Amino acid sequence: MSEILVMKDIVKCYYLGGETQVVLDKVNLTITQGEFVSILGPSGSGKSTLMNIIGCLDVPTSGKYVLADNDVEDLDERELARIRNKEIGFVFQSFQLLPRLSALENVELPMIYAGVPVQQRKKRAAAILERVGLHDKMRNYPNQLSGGQQQRVAIARSVVTEPTILLADEPTGALDQNTGKQIMELFTELNNEGRTIIMITHDINIANHSKRVVNILDGKLIEQPRDSISSGNTIERSV
Amino acid sequence: MIIESIKMSWSNIINNKMRSFLTVLGVVIGVASVIALITIVEGATGSITEQISALGANKITVQAMGTPLKQGLNQKDLSKLSAIEYVSGVSPTISSSTAIVYNNNAETNITVQGKNEVYFKSESKNIASGRGINILDVENKTQVAVIGSEIAQKLFLGKSPVGEQIKVNGCTYTVVGLLKPTSGFALGSTNDVVMIPYTSAMKTLGVRSITSVDVYMADSAKSDAIISSINGVLNEAFNYREKAYNVFNMQDMLNAMGNITGMMSMILAGIASISLVVGGIGIMNMMLVSVTERTTEIGLRKALGAEPGRIQLQFLIESVFLSLFGGIIGLMLGVLVAFVAAMVIDFTLKITVGTILLAVGFSATVGIIFGYAPARKASRLNPIDALRHV
Ligand SMILES: Nc1ncnc2c1ncn2[C@@H]1O[C@H](COP(=O)(O)OP(=O)(O)O)[C@@H](O)[C@H]1O
Ligand SMILES: [Mg+2]
Repeated sequence: MSEILVMKDIVKCYYLGGETQVVLDKVNLTITQGEFVSILGPSGSGKSTLMNIIGCLDVPTSGKYVLADNDVEDLDERELARIRNKEIGFVFQSFQLLPRLSALENVELPMIYAGVPVQQRKKRAAAILERVGLHDKMRNYPNQLSGGQQQRVAIARSVVTEPTILLADEPTGALDQNTGKQIMELFTELNNEGRTIIMITHDINIANHSKRVVNILDGKLIEQPRDSISSGNTIERSV
Repeated sequence: MIIESIKMSWSNIINNKMRSFLTVLGVVIGVASVIALITIVEGATGSITEQISALGANKITVQAMGTPLKQGLNQKDLSKLSAIEYVSGVSPTISSSTAIVYNNNAETNITVQGKNEVYFKSESKNIASGRGINILDVENKTQVAVIGSEIAQKLFLGKSPVGEQIKVNGCTYTVVGLLKPTSGFALGSTNDVVMIPYTSAMKTLGVRSITSVDVYMADSAKSDAIISSINGVLNEAFNYREKAYNVFNMQDMLNAMGNITGMMSMILAGIASISLVVGGIGIMNMMLVSVTERTTEIGLRKALGAEPGRIQLQFLIESVFLSLFGGIIGLMLGVLVAFVAAMVIDFTLKITVGTILLAVGFSATVGIIFGYAPARKASRLNPIDALRHV
């Protein structure tokens, strides 16, 4: 299996009023094609910071990050935007759909920036919406959809460009337990179809849907063996 | 991409109708005032130019101040002037103010003009009834008169004046023709003028010499040559004394006036375009607000792979679209104002492609200039901060 993500000694510091805060402390992470990895940690542990770096929304203070054979270190904003478009599909906790675009138009968005011609865009967006079970909701606007349906649209949007990694930040955080479970089932299906998924969560029950769990605590990563995860051992929920 | 952005800006306008309306109002007023001013000035200039041309772009006017020895021109000088090549005729004007009497109805201070057949040949279309003055009238010093429409109304109270007898400075003249009314604003209105043969006028009004002559050109392209010949004749007539005469070419006057009004319309438009700047600031303000409101949207678009340049282009297109929208409404409003003005002050409205391009160009430029800073701001937003904005 090919390594599609390699992080070596990634450090991220924030400088606040003369003080340096190390948010990611020498993070090493390797992810291969087809994995479904959870990054599990309590609030403030550095999950979002890590996800921003994985998603090329931010660059590390030091360390080496290679994503799908692109060394992210010396890329400018434009090149980072291209990489995000090509290699990453984002799923956010708060869905982040544009309220004035229909479900179909929202799914089209990343293809606009990829330069996909309009006809093909519509066709692919419609096909992927059908895949996530929303064939009858394509013309609906986000406020005409339930939370679960909105997240399905967001997932459709994240995979429509066939990115290297589906990167989800607390994808069930805004959903009730049942809907959250359905979303996790969709993730599992997508993973079974060969998609690489990295999911960030503070909820071990959610993390348990993945094949591999990596703990993060105070900016340090600790790999957790699959069998040691017990579903009762939920890390304290915090906002 | 452009269609995408236009759709987006249209939906922004629709979703914030009141705000968009107020924002665009500045541009609407700016463009409307520029267009109205330019159209009105151009239209009015066109009308004035037309009137001046009607007075004769094909003639050269000679004013003789004369010398102590010779107060004006005489018959011999006129014959020399009419003998110049490309001159089709000369028409002297003897002008004086005097009393006109019909029956017991007297009008004082009426302009009496002595003219010749050349004038009436070129003005034949302005005879409402009767006839003009002909060459026999001039040669025989016949006491006949052609009168303007207003004076006819005053003296004859609606009765047909042709064939009636009037007294000009005490001498009896027969009215042989009536002039058509000229429009109220026209220069050189002939509405309250009495015209008689200039030879008769010299006798009746006691004028010895001719001080004003119109030289008609057969070919106005030859005006320079004609003017130099006229100068030759007049220099000889006045013995090369300086300041004895003036020669005006109507075409020169038209050109000079064109320059002045052109400048005037530029100045007026310049002043009006200040309101365009104000409109532009309005657009800028709305775009800045829009960037702030749509911070999350910008962050999301960036996360989905929009390059900074693309975000900038989108916001630029939105501001240009907004401004153009205002510009087109302004254009229509400006034309409407000019249309009303044209009806009120009576000129022909001309809307040129140039005017339309001006409105479109102006507003697009305003959109680009004042949209640049907000668009740049949007393009520079950090996607992480932008996504956290909620
Ligand atoms: N832009 C920033 N500036 C300064 N400190 C930050 C910034 N972003 C995050 N942090 C700090 O980094 C730590 C980790 O934050 P984050 O990655 O958001 O944690 P998590 O997502 O696991 O809750 C926190 O202590 C937070 O205060
Ligand atoms: Mg977080």
